[in-house]
Amino acid sequence: MNILVCISNVPDTTSKINFVENDSKFDPSGVQFVINPNDEFGLTKAVWMKESNNANVTVLTVGEQSVEATLRKCLAIGADKAVRIDCPANDAYSVAKEIEAHCEQVKYDLIICGRESIDYNGGIVPGLIAGFLDYNFVTNCVNLDIEGSKATFSREMSGGTEISECQLPLVVGSQKGLVEESDLIIPNMRGIMMARQKPLDIIPAQGINPKTNDIKFNKPDPKSEVKLIKADELDKLIDLLENEAKVI
Amino acid sequence: MSVLVYIESENNKFKKSSYEALSYGKALAEKMGVKVSGLVINCSDAESLKAYGPDKILKIDSQDLNEFSSKKYAHAIADVIKSENVNVVVLSSTPDSKYLGAHLSGITDSPFVSNVVELPESINPLTVKRTCFTNKAFSLTELISDTKIISITSNSYGLIENSNDSKTEEIDIKSIDSDQRILNIEKESGSVTIADAEIVVSAGRGLKGPENWEMIETLAETLGAATACSKPVSDMGWRPHSEHVGQTGKPVSSNLYIAIGISGAIQHLAGINSSKVKVVINNDPEAPFFKAADYGVVGDAFEVVPSLIEKLKAR
Repeated sequence: MNILVCISNVPDTTSKINFVENDSKFDPSGVQFVINPNDEFGLTKAVWMKESNNANVTVLTVGEQSVEATLRKCLAIGADKAVRIDCPANDAYSVAKEIEAHCEQVKYDLIICGRESIDYNGGIVPGLIAGFLDYNFVTNCVNLDIEGSKATFSREMSGGTEISECQLPLVVGSQKGLVEESDLIIPNMRGIMMARQKPLDIIPAQGINPKTNDIKFNKPDPKSEVKLIKADELDKLIDLLENEAKVI
Repeated sequence: MSVLVYIESENNKFKKSSYEALSYGKALAEKMGVKVSGLVINCSDAESLKAYGPDKILKIDSQDLNEFSSKKYAHAIADVIKSENVNVVVLSSTPDSKYLGAHLSGITDSPFVSNVVELPESINPLTVKRTCFTNKAFSLTELISDTKIISITSNSYGLIENSNDSKTEEIDIKSIDSDQRILNIEKESGSVTIADAEIVVSAGRGLKGPENWEMIETLAETLGAATACSKPVSDMGWRPHSEHVGQTGKPVSSNLYIAIGISGAIQHLAGINSSKVKVVINNDPEAPFFKAADYGVVGDAFEVVPSLIEKLKAR
């Protein structure tokens, strides 16, 4: 079985977010980049499936050379092969189109992407890939079991969990629950050494035009100071919520 | 040219977030000088939509769509986009609508922008404001295409009544094959879900153990709120994973978020920051959450919460 895990290279949660070029571009200087957490849950699941399903795991990123460190980390975690499609990740649409083109060349039974990236938070790429390729699709996936060509899976929905099945190929939007945080694989020295020997292919991009364009970023207005209410004056809190904030 | 709002329903009832999407769609259509239609799939309660002013209510009644399927629903909407000459599709931000939106975007080869928080800055090109960097920033985003899809963050626009004597039209759709089928749905027992809630009551490690959650549930019940928890609490199994809110858990965009015994780690704040009003109750005055909150009570949760419940009930 062939599994593709699509990786987004994102600023670490604790990063300070700044913008340059008249607030039109994210400023990567001084920012630590990591594997998007939702992708990492999917990658861990895929690495487990090497053993349980005799799977072959490829990781893929659309991006410039700077993303290769993140791909090497994925190889150290246990992916067999890495692919970088050589162009900037301009928007969800163009990224998904590039991935579609790769998946027309190399057939995957299972394509896993994080349910959303923690930078642009769109949650769109897995659905786009499924729509382009006419593959089955589930997102917010918290459980996945594959036997032969049949997949059984659960997704978190509003107020519950839905369990479904389908035939492969399948596109999965992964999140915590598919594996737990404590299951995440921290690469050991052997993994890191082996990762250096594993293939990292660089594929030329199709040159797809984006369909969305971020023209200006801005940060929320600074928060006004918290209003502290004494623990023995809760009537005041209720009054503020009722009459000032008007939320109860 | 027209605007189409998909009206999500559950058990033959529309979701509040769908009325909000329709309120937004109506205002957008007026700004564009076009008509707005509400699309209803297998729900008989079309009358209640008229208060929010659609020019047309389009009804699909189909056995084939009895169960939610992102693929079948997306193909049905794609048919309507063609037949109604739709420029902008407006969705709510429920898990089903975002699932559907992403799939629809691929099937129709049209751009989708989620987490939209305001009416567009401009109509041509359509330029919307959305949250990004997990609520640490906003982006003004242009959509470049004839057909565009957007989803509106819950509680960001609000419900705006704008009554209209809408016509109802029944429409037929082509049925689509899919081997993906639902085996079972396990519903949670709680009455209010985090995604739909206007008020969320959330608690963390400060509660010391799962046996102390009764007062949290009582407070939530008193306010008609959903209950939620921090990541360590769900990791330790004190509360179900489905209650975990934060960066890797569920996003929250309620009108009021009450955090009890939660210190306010950056990953937690990232997930709840788009809530409008934040109240923090914590015995540690140095807890980072106080910097992110609107109202704070420095005090012992085991004294403050029962007293708060009593005062709320006495109102």
